[in-house]
Amino acid sequence: MSVPAAFDYHPATSVDEAIALLQQYGDEAKLLAGGHSLIPAMKLRLSQPEHLIDIGKISSLSYIREEQDHIVIGGLTTYVQIEQSDLLRKHFPLLPEATSMVGDQQVRNRGTIGGSIAHSDPAADLPGVVLALKAEIVVQGPQGKRTIPADDFFVDTFTTALAPDEILIEFRLPKATGSTGSAYDKLANKASHYAIAGCAAVITRGQDGSCSAASIAITGATVRTIRARAVENALVGKQLSETVIAEAVSHATDGEDMIVDIHGSEEYRRKMAAVVARRAIMRALERI
Amino acid sequence: MGIAAMLGTPVKRREDPRLITGQATYVDDIKLLGMLHMTVLRSPYGHARINTINTDAARQLPGVVAVYTAQDIKGTVGNIPVAAPLPPHITSGMGRRLPLAEEKVRFYGDPVAIVIAENRYIARDALDLIDVDYEPLPVAIDVEKAMQPDSPILYEEFKTNVATSMHPSSEQIDKIFADTVANGGVIVKERFVNQRLAPSPMETRGVVAEYRKSDKALSLWSSSQIPHLLRNYLAIQLGLEQNQVRVIVPEVGGGFGCKLNIYPEEALASFAAMKTGRPVKWIEDRDENLAATIHGRDQVNYLEAAATRDGKVVGLKFHVISDMGSYLQFFTDVIAIAFTLPMLSGCYDIPNIYSSCDTVFTNKAPTDAYRGAGRPEATYMVERAMDVIANELKRDPAEIRLLNFVQPEQFPHTMATGALYDSGNYGAALEKALDIIAYDKLREEQKQKRAQGKLMGIGISSYVEMCGIGPKGTTPFGLYESARVRIEQSGTVIVYTGTSPHGQGEETTFAQIVGNALSIPQEKVLVLHGDTDSTPEGRGTYGSRTTSVGGSAVFQATERLKEKMKTIAASMLEASASDIELEDEKFTVAGSPQKSVPFKKVAAAANTSNTLPPGIEPGLETTVFFEPEACTFPFGTHICVVEVDQDTGEPEITRYVAVDDCGKQLNPLIVAGQVHGGIAQGVGQAMYEEVVYNEDGQLLTSTFMDYAMPIAPELPHFELGHTVTPTNVNPLGVKGVGEAGTIGSTPAVAAAIADALGVAHIDMPLKSEKLWRIIHKQ
Repeated sequence: MSVPAAFDYHPATSVDEAIALLQQYGDEAKLLAGGHSLIPAMKLRLSQPEHLIDIGKISSLSYIREEQDHIVIGGLTTYVQIEQSDLLRKHFPLLPEATSMVGDQQVRNRGTIGGSIAHSDPAADLPGVVLALKAEIVVQGPQGKRTIPADDFFVDTFTTALAPDEILIEFRLPKATGSTGSAYDKLANKASHYAIAGCAAVITRGQDGSCSAASIAITGATVRTIRARAVENALVGKQLSETVIAEAVSHATDGEDMIVDIHGSEEYRRKMAAVVARRAIMRALERI
Repeated sequence: MGIAAMLGTPVKRREDPRLITGQATYVDDIKLLGMLHMTVLRSPYGHARINTINTDAARQLPGVVAVYTAQDIKGTVGNIPVAAPLPPHITSGMGRRLPLAEEKVRFYGDPVAIVIAENRYIARDALDLIDVDYEPLPVAIDVEKAMQPDSPILYEEFKTNVATSMHPSSEQIDKIFADTVANGGVIVKERFVNQRLAPSPMETRGVVAEYRKSDKALSLWSSSQIPHLLRNYLAIQLGLEQNQVRVIVPEVGGGFGCKLNIYPEEALASFAAMKTGRPVKWIEDRDENLAATIHGRDQVNYLEAAATRDGKVVGLKFHVISDMGSYLQFFTDVIAIAFTLPMLSGCYDIPNIYSSCDTVFTNKAPTDAYRGAGRPEATYMVERAMDVIANELKRDPAEIRLLNFVQPEQFPHTMATGALYDSGNYGAALEKALDIIAYDKLREEQKQKRAQGKLMGIGISSYVEMCGIGPKGTTPFGLYESARVRIEQSGTVIVYTGTSPHGQGEETTFAQIVGNALSIPQEKVLVLHGDTDSTPEGRGTYGSRTTSVGGSAVFQATERLKEKMKTIAASMLEASASDIELEDEKFTVAGSPQKSVPFKKVAAAANTSNTLPPGIEPGLETTVFFEPEACTFPFGTHICVVEVDQDTGEPEITRYVAVDDCGKQLNPLIVAGQVHGGIAQGVGQAMYEEVVYNEDGQLLTSTFMDYAMPIAPELPHFELGHTVTPTNVNPLGVKGVGEAGTIGSTPAVAAAIADALGVAHIDMPLKSEKLWRIIHKQ
């Protein structure tokens, strides 16, 4: 039966207060933001924190703004705010596009980007997007702020580079230079609507029309959220013909351990990762 | 809207305002003083022996009032009721159970103990403190393996998992098949799996029990489709008199057949209320609902069909294996035998139908009625058979159907299965569907798309179902329906129905029936249901029976009162009752429009009595029990168009046409709503839904993260059409439409997807990986 185990509830009104509470309760505490991953896990008692620190009411962490050559997003910005942001649509259409595919309207109204990234569920959509966008992830702890590159952030399934007493507070997305397009494509399973395989693609084309930079991340298929380096390497420096792309995406999950469940076998997920990667790359190219 | 036009018009459902503004009362809204909460400890194993249960720690948790196991209820609480147990094993106790498992658990989710506590959090915490020493046993999961002699056995004393085995001699059908071959005809064979489904109503089950010891009065609120049957059987289970038990069914958030049942928790909460002297509430969680509420379908079927070269089907031979899961619930053992087998001729005039059937126990949740209940399985087999035959003969599936339909002039028609069909015009419905979808043009488009490498498919399903149960003798308790109609002094009307609508909109439909019969606005009619203390003995809502059976009782009761009012009006107008007409809320002497008396005035006269003529009993109230003499057989044709993504295997429905014939339509808006919901549910079976157990008996689809329900954005616009072929088995000429969409849609979608891939048959659910493997021959 799904009701959570007993816990103490601590509403935090500031980041400093939340960090102090984290220091006080350590491993026994969990941060609550939108609650759309944590609360279901608690109801099924897969997660039984003794202390719940609610940071959901720290409104200063909810924003999307332009800062010189970055777009910055507060950790508690909701999916729906991202989905509807003109600024993001202009600079990183990939991000509102991926966000529009998360859950349903109710989930998007409550769920936050910081919560999703800190949860590090490989089936989720946004970790791959953050990777592909080479976000700098700003975290704050007792010693102040530090910035972690997205590439170093995702350690494993549900495991990140965040220290137990740190809070994810901001994403800094470097604005694209040159001719860049981005897209997210996903094959969703019909139960949870999480990805069987998803792909976030950011492609930059140089003066000669060849691919000068590529950033490709796979979601839903592999046991951890990954940059598909083999795909990127096979794209950069080439004129992106359909053949080149098809060959490149065939390496989408090379060497990675795959998620296997009733929604997709290992083989299917590998093939579908290639299919969604191809589609995301093609669409990113169209958007340049 | 003129009053006369009231029947057959799209009156908006009067139920909806309270439902969509959150003012409806469901079981979980019932809060009684001093109420305790119940949780259920369920088996984590598919099959295990219970060595010991230690409840000491749970009992000691502050806030826990009681913990009960099978030992506590034995001798006090009777077995889970079974509506129609079948011989031979079933009469001897095979598949019967106490509400709590005694020596063994037989499925993942089997109730083992209950906790009664001050709140549901404590009640939940206490579950973790109950120590059950299980000895895991090998499981029987695959139904065909479960039939083998070396299978693990659920009920060891019977030495088999097969409960009922019906294998009549097949000599005659085999000879017909041999003759067909000798005459140059064709034989096709196919195996169909009709997968296991979770009914998944939006509101899970829930119970509140309150017991007044002083006069042994038990009140039970339950989210049920069958208040009276629940009351009657619960009384037996608890050793109470029928009139000591009152069942109240408040608003019910969907049933789809799964609440046509009497579950362990109803007796358990009652037992706990009787023991503790305090009200007890239990609300089922979604994970419990997916694990321990009945599942639907789950048949494995073998088909052989014989047809002449020119496409006339001469014989069908079926073997039906019904996977009943672990225990008998209310109708578990008869779904296949009573509802699948009689419908195995579908819409077709096939001279020879043979069926054999095995019903088998496995270590899974019990199966039982789920929207359509046995009939979707039959329709699926027959419709897939027609397609397999068409495929073999390289004929168009529409053409094969038209060639084999029972013709309109043949009705009433007794099929080779023994079923007596009341009325039908199957060709008209099919032609209409072909017309709406522009079938010939569509096949052209398909050719062009195929030339471009696109996987477009078209599927047709012509269904007929058996509704309005049911005639005398169908069940041990009789399947009539009741209505008490009272016309009040003010001229308003109250209808008490024995049916138990839970989303079907009969509060509206019944008001239309009464309003129409009495020439008063339907708004003046109140329809009440669901309380066994105030409604006459009824049988509940399921099997698309509520309007055809319950509505007929309402109609007849109203007519009876109308006759009485005419007599009173006649006396007031000094005319003969046979000359009195009722129109526009007044009684008028035929041919003398100036001589009239308002409806209200007659109602007042009847209720106040002083001015009544001698010999007329005061009051305007009557109760009618309507027992149909036969079933109704609604029918129709659905056509589905799909496109399957080459790269991913993902299917998408691009068009959907449904032509349904449910006889006379009392409210076309409600009919359309039923068809919409039904199609969505049938599409769910075809494309998404499947309850999956692993080989150890663990339930893999225990949350909606893994059990896939269809959602609105995945469904196309439904293009609806209708034909109207009335029935004469009830006075309203209606047939029923609650399950039509579900029954018609599943085979249409399955056929479309098989057609897209150019194969004869693919088992459901037609999920993307399965289709991708066929496309890419992986």
